[in-house]
Amino acid sequence: MTAFLTVNNLSAALHGYEQRVLRSVSFSIDTGEVLGLVGESGAGKSMIGKAILGILPSAVDIIEGEILLDGQDLEKMKPADRRRLIGATAALIPQDPLTALNPSRRIEPQITNRLVDILGWTKSAARVRALELLNEVHIDNPERVMASYPHELSGGMRQRVLIASAFAANPKLVVADEPTTALDVTVQKQILRLIRELQARHSTAMVFVTHDLGVVSKVCQRLSVLYGGKIVENSSVADFFDGPKHAYSRALLAATPKYTDPEASLLPVDEAVIEAVAAEVLAADREWRHGG
Amino acid sequence: MLDGRGSVKRKLGARLWLSGTWLGLMAVLALLAPWISPHDPLAQDLFAGRLPPFWLDGADPAFLLGTDSLGRDVLTRILHGARIAFSVALIAGLATAFVGSLLGLLAGYMRGWVDVVISRLVEIWMAFPPVLFAILLIAVLGTGLTSIIIAIVVIDWTRFCRVVRAEAMNQSAMDYVSSAIVAGRPRRDILWREILPNVLPTIVALLTLEMGIAVIVEAILSFVNLSISTDAPTWGGMIAEGRTSIHQAWWVLAFPLGVLFLTVLSFSQFGEGLKDRFDPVLR
Repeated sequence: MTAFLTVNNLSAALHGYEQRVLRSVSFSIDTGEVLGLVGESGAGKSMIGKAILGILPSAVDIIEGEILLDGQDLEKMKPADRRRLIGATAALIPQDPLTALNPSRRIEPQITNRLVDILGWTKSAARVRALELLNEVHIDNPERVMASYPHELSGGMRQRVLIASAFAANPKLVVADEPTTALDVTVQKQILRLIRELQARHSTAMVFVTHDLGVVSKVCQRLSVLYGGKIVENSSVADFFDGPKHAYSRALLAATPKYTDPEASLLPVDEAVIEAVAAEVLAADREWRHGG
Repeated sequence: MLDGRGSVKRKLGARLWLSGTWLGLMAVLALLAPWISPHDPLAQDLFAGRLPPFWLDGADPAFLLGTDSLGRDVLTRILHGARIAFSVALIAGLATAFVGSLLGLLAGYMRGWVDVVISRLVEIWMAFPPVLFAILLIAVLGTGLTSIIIAIVVIDWTRFCRVVRAEAMNQSAMDYVSSAIVAGRPRRDILWREILPNVLPTIVALLTLEMGIAVIVEAILSFVNLSISTDAPTWGGMIAEGRTSIHQAWWVLAFPLGVLFLTVLSFSQFGEGLKDRFDPVLR
């Protein structure tokens, strides 16, 4: 079976700079599979999600590589066609529920816009679907929420609305960009369970961006560890937690706080490991420059 | 107070009330000026020149706020002046807001060469001294209401453009815009339906401010006799005339000046009040 999403040798750089921010990233995801992208802040994990969905900041250029969505190369498509393909098959669960809903519009059109405008549903059909979705994300009074403005809802509620909105058009691919980072811990757990539930029900392929290995172990089947925009290890979740192969991955795993052992102090990642992985990234850079 | 959705509604602030009342009153008086004015604004009566307002000795009760040196009724001229001032405020304000906001939105949202062209244009434009620019424009266009309005739009669109551009850039960086792009919505749609509603409170606040500025600019141009015809009842023209007889008849200067001051102040306060009230984030 061919993968639903394939990223091949994807490199990106800041506009006008030679230094790459994504370094020959390759991975693929099958339908119904969840891939975790983990790494420190600035490792480029969100960048990959944004590149797939075509929402990279204007200062970042894709300089080589391909992104195949459902067998079609996004980089080679006309912008209007790419927009329609992504609109019809992919969705985003953003990081910050506070800015991800338009503050001056009610919830209902924010969920139904895509259905009506892009997929040509009737307004009433879209409304029925939106109510159904809000039920699916366990919102008690969907009618009232649909008529609300975002500022009238709590952070957890907004994230539920965003999840409902992401799954509105039955997407085949969802990019979840640290969907629980901005929420407090008790709400995080519910939201994770919810994402998992909807992903399984719709058998969606999912890219799950996070810095939290604990979350990865609960949600993902496979994971890619990133450092400096380069994937240093691809692994299944089961293998990874048995014992990661790469020294940097081992160090990351060791630095994860263990709630079962409150006495254990938080350990920073060993500097020698960081230096080693940084050297590895730079070596790959040199090789890439000579090759290309 | 709770509204239908159960959210707390803020009370109308005192400044929104006061400024709104003054502007509403002036607008109604301006609209009804031809019917409620006690006299003809152009009718001269040299025998009734420099009559004082009603509470002073020697006043004629037919001229409540007195007369100027040509015997024209001050109250009548203020009311007719309000017509001119409010027409200029409304038309020039809206036209300026439209031109400036449109260019600002395009620059802030599309970025790239569109932004470069518009931003450079704004910078060049703002290097001209505005009053001189206005006087030159009127000299070229000729006097008249239309010329004043065109002059105000040409000078002041940059004010909207800069602020709206910055605001549109802020909004474009928000996650809801990314979500809309991922949802496959066309760029045009995102600009008008997602970004514009969030920039609108800023535009409204600037618009009322601009209306006040338009009133001032019109008064300045009338003061230097570059407005409409020389004897037309404009506030600026009245102030200019009153200046020459300030020691003999202070009321000819004081009343239009007071009305002008209160009107301009009310416009700016009204705008601030509206912004507070309708900003979705502050609300």
